[in-house]
Amino acid sequence: MNQNKINKRRSMLYIPGNNPAMLQQAGVYGADSVLLDLEDAVALNQKDAARILVRNMLKSNDFYNCEISVRLNHIETPFGIHDLEEIIPLQPDAVRLPKTENVEELKKVFEIIEKIEDAHGLPHTKTKVHVMIESALGVQNVYELASFSPRIDAITIGGQDLTADMQIEKSKDNYGIDYARKRIVMASKATKIDAVDTVYVDVEDEEGLREETVYIKKLGFTGKAVINPRQINIVNEVFTPTESEIRKAYRIVKAYYENKAKDIGVFAVDGKMVDAPVVTRAIHTLTLADIDPETIK
Amino acid sequence: MPIKIVILPEKNMQPVHKAQAGTFESSDIMILIEPLDNDGDNHIELSSSVGKQFKDQINRDITELLQKYEITGARIIAKDKGALSPTIKARVETAVLRSLDKQQGTLK
Repeated sequence: MNQNKINKRRSMLYIPGNNPAMLQQAGVYGADSVLLDLEDAVALNQKDAARILVRNMLKSNDFYNCEISVRLNHIETPFGIHDLEEIIPLQPDAVRLPKTENVEELKKVFEIIEKIEDAHGLPHTKTKVHVMIESALGVQNVYELASFSPRIDAITIGGQDLTADMQIEKSKDNYGIDYARKRIVMASKATKIDAVDTVYVDVEDEEGLREETVYIKKLGFTGKAVINPRQINIVNEVFTPTESEIRKAYRIVKAYYENKAKDIGVFAVDGKMVDAPVVTRAIHTLTLADIDPETIK
Repeated sequence: MPIKIVILPEKNMQPVHKAQAGTFESSDIMILIEPLDNDGDNHIELSSSVGKQFKDQINRDITELLQKYEITGARIIAKDKGALSPTIKARVETAVLRSLDKQQGTLK
C-alpha cells in the first residue's frame, strides 16, 4: 500500500465488493479512505465471488492515495473466516469488523489474524483494525473494545443496524443514536483513536448531509462514511479547517516553538492564553490542512 | 461473433456441473463453465465488447486460471463487457470453484 498517505480519514467511501467497475474506480473520487465491502453490500450467494474479486483488486488495482480498508463479514457467520484468510495476506491498511459487541470476539479475530500473518511471514502491525459498533451491547462495551489493542486505530458507528437493534425508527435527525454517538466519541478520545460516523443515506439531500456532518464534527468525530462519491466533497469540506483557522493555528504553533526555546510554557497569542491543550489542537488543525507542524520551527 | 479456441489439458480435473460467475454489467465478465463429454480439451467461447483489441489477453487470463486449477474437459462461455484482468481472473476462478463444488464461505 502507499507509504505517503495523508494521516486523516475525513471521508470513507463504501464500495460494494462485488462490483468491478466501482472497485477499479474507487481511488479517483477524492475520498481519504476507500472501504471495500464484503458484508452488507454483497448478496449471501455472491460472498465467494466478492471475496475473490476484492482479493484480486487489492493485488493489482491502484487506489492512488487512499487508505484501503476492507469490511469483513462477522467472524461468527459462515463467511468471516474465509474473508480473513483471503484478505489478511494482502495487508490492506485496515480491516473493519462489523457488529462488534465484546472483547471475546476481538480476541478470537485477533488470534486468527495473527496466525494468518505468521503463516505468511507478515508483521502484526501493518494492517490496522477498525471496530464497528452496531448494537446496544456494543455501545455499552465501546471503551473496552476501543482499548483492546494498539492495532485498533478507529472506532465506527453503524446507524442502520444500531437503530434496528434498538427497535427504533432511523429518523432523519438521528436523535435515537445521539447517545451512542457521544459515547463512541468519548471512548475514541479516551483511547486517542479516530471516530468515524455512520453514513447519510439520502444521497439527494446534500444540505442535510452538510448539516449532519457539521453536527458530528462538533461532537468530536474525525470523519464520516459515505455511500456515494457525490457526498465526498461535502464531508471533506466540513472536516477541512478554514483559512482563518489555519492561520490562527500557525500563529499558535509558531509562538509555541519560539517560547519553548526560552523555556516558557504558557504564553499569549492574539491576546488569549495558550497552554498545552491549545497547542495540541492547533497541531491537529495544521495536520488536517496538510501542513507539517515541524516545518514551522 | 464468438471466438473459439481449443486448449490442450495438462491434468485431469473436470467440472462436476454447470456453474457461472460474474454479470453483464460494464467492466464485468459473465463466465459460464460446463463439463464436456470429450477427450479432455477445454473450449473457450469468448465474445467481448473490446475483443478486437484484447481477445488474446482475455483468453490468456482465462487459460491461466484453468491451468492453475488443472481443469480439463470444460466448455467456458465468456461474455465480456470490458473487464480488467483481475476481474476476469476472479470471475473464472469463482466459476471454476463453483463447478467443482469447492467454493467456500458463501450460500449457494
